[in-house]
Amino acid sequence: MSMLRFLIQRALYSVFVLLGLSIVIFVIARIMPGDPARMAVGARAPQWVVDRLREQMHLDQPIAIQYYYWLRDAVRGDFGLSLITQRPVTYDIKETLPASLELALYAALIAAVFGIGMGILSARYKDSWIDNLSRLFSYAGIVTPSYIFAILFILLFGFALKWFPIIGRVSENVPLPPKITGLVTVDALIQGQFSTFVDALWHIVLPSLSLAMGSIAQAARITRSSMADNLTKDYIANMRALGVSERAIMSRFLLKPSLIPTISILGLDIAAILSVAFIVESIFNWPGMARYGMNAMLYKDLNAISAVILVFGAAFAIMNILVDLIVAYLDPRIRLRAAKGE
Amino acid sequence: MQVSTSSSLHRSSLSLEQIKQLQRASRREEIGRNWYKFSRNPISVMGLLVVVTVILLAAFAPYVAPYPAHAGPFTDFANAKKPPSATYWLGTDQIGRDIFSRILFGMRSSLLMGVVVLSLVVPPGVLLGLLAGYYHNTWIDTLIMRVTDIFLAVPPLVLALAVASVLKPNLWNSMMAVSLMWWPWYTRLVYGLATALRNEYFVIAAEVTGASTAHILFREIFPNTISPILTKMSIDIAWVIIIGSMLSFVGLGVQPPEPSLGTMIADGAKYLPDQWWIAVFPALAIVVIVLGFNLLGDGIRDMFASEEA
Repeated sequence: MSMLRFLIQRALYSVFVLLGLSIVIFVIARIMPGDPARMAVGARAPQWVVDRLREQMHLDQPIAIQYYYWLRDAVRGDFGLSLITQRPVTYDIKETLPASLELALYAALIAAVFGIGMGILSARYKDSWIDNLSRLFSYAGIVTPSYIFAILFILLFGFALKWFPIIGRVSENVPLPPKITGLVTVDALIQGQFSTFVDALWHIVLPSLSLAMGSIAQAARITRSSMADNLTKDYIANMRALGVSERAIMSRFLLKPSLIPTISILGLDIAAILSVAFIVESIFNWPGMARYGMNAMLYKDLNAISAVILVFGAAFAIMNILVDLIVAYLDPRIRLRAAKGE
Repeated sequence: MQVSTSSSLHRSSLSLEQIKQLQRASRREEIGRNWYKFSRNPISVMGLLVVVTVILLAAFAPYVAPYPAHAGPFTDFANAKKPPSATYWLGTDQIGRDIFSRILFGMRSSLLMGVVVLSLVVPPGVLLGLLAGYYHNTWIDTLIMRVTDIFLAVPPLVLALAVASVLKPNLWNSMMAVSLMWWPWYTRLVYGLATALRNEYFVIAAEVTGASTAHILFREIFPNTISPILTKMSIDIAWVIIIGSMLSFVGLGVQPPEPSLGTMIADGAKYLPDQWWIAVFPALAIVVIVLGFNLLGDGIRDMFASEEA
């Protein structure tokens, strides 16, 4: 019951934060020199068209009123027209968001599987060569920005070894499957187009791996240190004294509590993954929302910039709530505290 | 028992000047001890060496670089896209400029970015954190921390890109954009520390003896937040450098012909895979800088961590 109350509180607070964010974005969009109406119609349009548009866009009103109109439309899902595509921004986001989500999802999956796996191996064989190798790898992952990984991977796996394609979501001669979820790999599977699925999967490897590298490193580091911490706890010593096998201790008693910090960090990382996707998507020509946002920024397409950032804020907020829920599920102490209403 | 009484008697007979002298000596000793702890870890020392080398190379770039003129609007199409050789250690770029020389000059703007951004964000971030933490559960706390939450609602890179995109693209504006998004991290860090410290006896003691708020904030609470702040700064500088390189990678930072590692990578990416050196060496330069600061940061963190343990 109070878990539900906690959820509602969190959701309401997120709405408040998003409102604040919308003010920040609105201010950023309005400090830009230049007239949005003039930019929307182009330099050669006659002045009266610009004036008419200024009225339509409420640009002749005080800034607080402008914000009110902007927010009212934004809540209805109307962010206006995009300068670059000349389509409603909402439409563009609906078109591009699934590609970014798919990329982030795979990146998160890779990060979780490899990061946690490496962390467990490291903790299990602490101070062995496996541990040292994985720590070295973690360090490299943390200090190398993902766009540099992207370039190195393209060079190595794309050009030199030719293992993976380096551009787009599917090969040119492969038609996209009819849209259901918008995630190409999922849609292809649902409709039984196995070859399309494999092709799409092949395309997603390099971009998602570039995005995941940093998170793999983080997850491995945190899993290792939290397992090492928990390994010295009394309850583990107790299990050993009771003669429980080392394998059972690892898998049943040590892993679950040790994964809690990893999952909190991974959840936040997914948001970070989305943000560096801004650059990585451009490098791989991935038709996602981040590349769309990046182009919007380069062409000062304010409507699109505002919408993309708000969607990011919303995604971040949802991720945070999800992480809290998962952590509460994994950690009974948090559930108990929530139940007591603390 | 006897010894301790006599020593406490002895201490009370010290003059103020002598006490100050003792304090100075113990501070010197502490610094020496910290340095000893730091220098015992070869990895931290390596980080320090890398950082010092990078700083020196960047500072003396005009004297160290084999072709200082190549950092500007220089072209030599006869020698364009030359692979690494004895004349051009790391090869030449698409218009014949020495990549090694440009990397040395590019490191300057990276380091400048890190230093300027941190010196812009740390003072206000820390001050807001101190205020919010000390006035815990008052409207000051609410106001500051709610605004902080709003800025933390989106990863800093996204907002920094957005701000940089509406400003004129150059190094200073990209610094502004990153700074505008970076202070909340310090506010949140110091806030957490200050809310705990305000209940410590030494703070309460200062309050009851009538110390001013400024004294409590800066002389009582602040000194106890320095080591986490320094640790965060030493690790953050690497992040700021990365974000700066990303901004210039997409064209929102340093403008050509001024060299910057990000733009060099972006230019070089067009010549992959055949002229790989144009992109790869600047990329490696960033990795080395970031690695150096990270190792140094870890060393500083361990140094302070063992101090508290």
